[in-house]
Amino acid sequence: MRTRTLVFAGLASIAVLGIAGCGDAPQELAQKERRYQGKPDTNPWDSPQFGGKQAEWERAIQARTQNQNEYTRVE
Amino acid sequence: MAVCPVDCFYRTADGVVLHDKDICIGCGYCFYACPFGAPQFPQAGAFGLRGKMDKCTFCAGGPEKDNSAEEFRKYGANRLAEGKLPACAEMCSTKALLGGDGDVIADIYRQRVLKRGKGSEVWGWGTAYGAPGGQQKPAAAQPKS
Repeated sequence: MRTRTLVFAGLASIAVLGIAGCGDAPQELAQKERRYQGKPDTNPWDSPQFGGKQAEWERAIQARTQNQNEYTRVE
Repeated sequence: MAVCPVDCFYRTADGVVLHDKDICIGCGYCFYACPFGAPQFPQAGAFGLRGKMDKCTFCAGGPEKDNSAEEFRKYGANRLAEGKLPACAEMCSTKALLGGDGDVIADIYRQRVLKRGKGSEVWGWGTAYGAPGGQQKPAAAQPKS
């Protein structure tokens, strides 16, 4: 009789411990989306000088970049 | 950019990181977070006065109207909107500073190394990861003054 009680108590305690694991709530940190909060900016090719012509602006910048290459300027 | 509590940073289509000074609160978090040491704060004034953050803009101005007086007052010249490169790179007399697209800059660099027959050991792979074969050359002894 006593053995049966002990076995029953043991099984009951295992069941209680098993249920206790289910009460573990997820604790992931919510990553809120960050977004720029300032004033919107325009692209550099939207300036009055280029009037939205991106290709023209890129050509100007590429030409300037190559001006820094001493070997294309000198030779 | 992620540390900014007011989210005043943005990145342009060309990859230039700029910020809006009107909403910067001068907390200084970016100063500690930036691996390049870009953010600068006013140093003058008593009791560690901070003020709004200032940084190199790659001469790309800020969110104000391009080449307006207000933009110039807050961020300096917007040379990119004029089709020019940053002033530091364009005026550097020895062309130690180069500005522009990374690929084009790398090509200029490579051409320098090939023409001069040296230089890669100073700037390139060897400096970052050691000489080929795992043999790192010892640095030349500096003359003591």
